[in-house]
Amino acid sequence: MTSEFISEQFDPGSLKKNTKDPRTLFGLIMSGIAGTFMVMAIIPLIIILLYLLIQGISSISPSVFIELPPPPMVEGGGFGNALLGTVIMVSIGALISVPIGILAAIFLSEYSGGQIANWIRFATNVLSGVPSIIIGVFAFGAIVLTFKTYSAWAGGFALSILMLPIIIRTTEEALKLVPQEVRQASVGIGANDFQTVLFVVMPAAIPAILTGVTLAIARAAGDTAALLFTALFTQFWPNWENKLAEPTASLAVLVYNFAIVPFKNQQALAWAAAFILVLLVLLTSIISRLATSKRQF
Amino acid sequence: MLSSEDTINQTQAVLNAENVDIYYGDFLALKGIYMEIPKNKVTAFIGPSGCGKSTLLRCYNRLNDLIPVFKLNGKITYHGQNLYDQDVDPVQVRRRIGMVFQKPNPFPKSIYENITFGAKINGFKGDFDQLVEESLRGAALWEEVKDKLKQNGMSISGGQQQRLCIARTIALKPDVILMDEPCAALDPISTLKVEELIHQLKEEYTIIIVTHNMQQAARVADYTGFFNVRVTEEGKRQGYLAEHDLTEVIFQNPKEEATKQYVSGRFG
Ligand SMILES: Nc1ncnc2c1ncn2[C@@H]1O[C@H](COP(=O)(O)OP(=O)(O)OP(=O)(O)O)[C@@H](O)[C@H]1O
Ligand SMILES: [Mg+2]
Repeated sequence: MTSEFISEQFDPGSLKKNTKDPRTLFGLIMSGIAGTFMVMAIIPLIIILLYLLIQGISSISPSVFIELPPPPMVEGGGFGNALLGTVIMVSIGALISVPIGILAAIFLSEYSGGQIANWIRFATNVLSGVPSIIIGVFAFGAIVLTFKTYSAWAGGFALSILMLPIIIRTTEEALKLVPQEVRQASVGIGANDFQTVLFVVMPAAIPAILTGVTLAIARAAGDTAALLFTALFTQFWPNWENKLAEPTASLAVLVYNFAIVPFKNQQALAWAAAFILVLLVLLTSIISRLATSKRQF
Repeated sequence: MLSSEDTINQTQAVLNAENVDIYYGDFLALKGIYMEIPKNKVTAFIGPSGCGKSTLLRCYNRLNDLIPVFKLNGKITYHGQNLYDQDVDPVQVRRRIGMVFQKPNPFPKSIYENITFGAKINGFKGDFDQLVEESLRGAALWEEVKDKLKQNGMSISGGQQQRLCIARTIALKPDVILMDEPCAALDPISTLKVEELIHQLKEEYTIIIVTHNMQQAARVADYTGFFNVRVTEEGKRQGYLAEHDLTEVIFQNPKEEATKQYVSGRFG
C-alpha cells in the first residue's frame, strides 16, 4: 500500500493560465465589456470639457470677469455681474443650509433613534429627488410673491433648499463614521452629550462634512431652474443699495439666456461663462477631494 | 462576601455594591453582587468571557447609562453615596471615577489636547502646560512624546496611545480608575510598562482592572474577584461573583472549586 503510494509520481498540474478554460474566458469577456462601458461613460465628460474649452477659451479675457454683459451686436463686455451674483446667491444658500443641515444631521445621528429619525431621513431623500424647477416654483410662491420682487435672497433661499439634503446626508454619514469608542471616551471623562458632539465628534468629522458642503456648493452653483423663478436675470450689477432685492444675474441663467439668442457676441459669452462654471464645479470637487484625504475615520 | 475580613476592614471601602442585579432588557446579566472595593488598592476582576466583568465595571462610573436597555437594582455606593440616586449627576461621577478602555481610544486631537480636554470641560483654571507634563509623567509617557505634543494622539503606537489614555484619565485627578482589559491590545513590553504604572498609581488611586491574563492579575492586584457564569433552569447564562479575596488566597488557596480550576487554567 505504502510503496504503491510513493511510487506514484505526484502531479501538481500546470499553473499556466489557460485561455481556453471557460471560466477564464468568461472572466476575460466580462472585464472587456466592463472596460468598454467605462470608456463610454467617461467619453461624454471628456467631450463636454473639450468642447467647452475650445468654444469658451477664445472668448475669455480678463475683462469678461469685470465687465457687464454687452447689448446685442456690441463687441466686448463680460459677465462680472453674473459671476458675482452666483457667488452671492450660493453664499446665501450656504449660510442658510450649512448650519441647519449640520444641526439636523447631529440630531439624526446623535440624539434620535427609531421612527422620527427614519421619517426625517425619508423626507430628506424625497427632497433630494425633487426637480429644481419645482423648488424654484416653491421659492417663487414663498418669497417672490410675498415680497413682490425677484431678488438674490429668493435665489439664495431656493439654492439652500437644493443644498440642504446633500449636507444632511453627508454630515450624518460623516458623524456615523466616528467610532463609538471615541464618544465613550469623551463621556468617560465627564463630558456631557453636547460637549461630546461639539468638541469631539464634530472636529473628527469636519473633513467629511466639508466634502459634503463643497458638493452641495457645486450643485447649487450650476443650477439654473431654481434661479429662473427667483433671481431672474439682469444686465446690471447686484444692487447693494437696494439690499439685493432686485433681479440678480447668475452664471447659469446667463448661459441659458445667451446661448439661445442669435447674436454671436452673446453666444460667445455664454460659452465662456459655461466654461468658467464647469471650472468652478471642478475646483470645488478638487477641494472636496483634498478635504476627503484629511479624513481620520 | 469578602472572606479575609480582618484585612479589608483595615482599609476603607471606596465603592460598595450591595445586592446588585443588572439587567439588559429582560436578560439578567449579573445577579446578587455584594462587593467592597478597598481604597488605594488594586482589585482585579477575572472570570470567563461573558460573565459580566465589564458590565459591573461600567456601572461604577455610570457608563452603562448610554445603553438604553440597561437597568440596575440594588445599590452601589461611593464613599457612602448611592451612585444611582435620582439626584446624582453622572458627569460628577465620571469626574471622580475615570475609565481606561480595552481598545486605546485617544481623541482625534493633539496629544496636548487629549490631556487638556477633560480638564477644560470640567472648568480647570490652572496651568495647562504643567498639567500636561505632570499627567504624561504620571503615565510614564512624557519622555517619549515631549517633543511631539502637537502631533495627533492617534498617530503614536498602540502602547503609547493606551498610556496617553491613562494620562488623560489621571489629568482629571480622579479618585478611582477603572481599567477594562487595558493591555489586551498591547505587546509584552507595553504591557509591562502599563503594569509598572499601575503599581505606582495605586499610591494615590483606587484601581479596578479587568483582565483575562492570570499572571497579570497575580502581578498587579492586591485583591481579586472571580466572576463566574451559571446556567439557569430556563437555560439563560447568569453572571455572579463567585469569590472575592486577597489575590494570594484566590491563586493559592481558593475556597471554591471553580476558582481553583479557573486560575489553574483547567476551566470548563
Ligand atoms: N449592551 C448590551 N446589551 C445587551 N446585552 C449585553 C450588553 N453588553 C453586554 N451584554 C451581555 O451581558 C453579559 C455580560 O457581558 P460583559 O461584557 O459584561 O462580559 P465580560 O465578562 O466583560 O466578558 P469579556 O471577558 O468577554 O469581556 C453577556 O452575556 C453579554 O452578552
Ligand atoms: Mg469585557
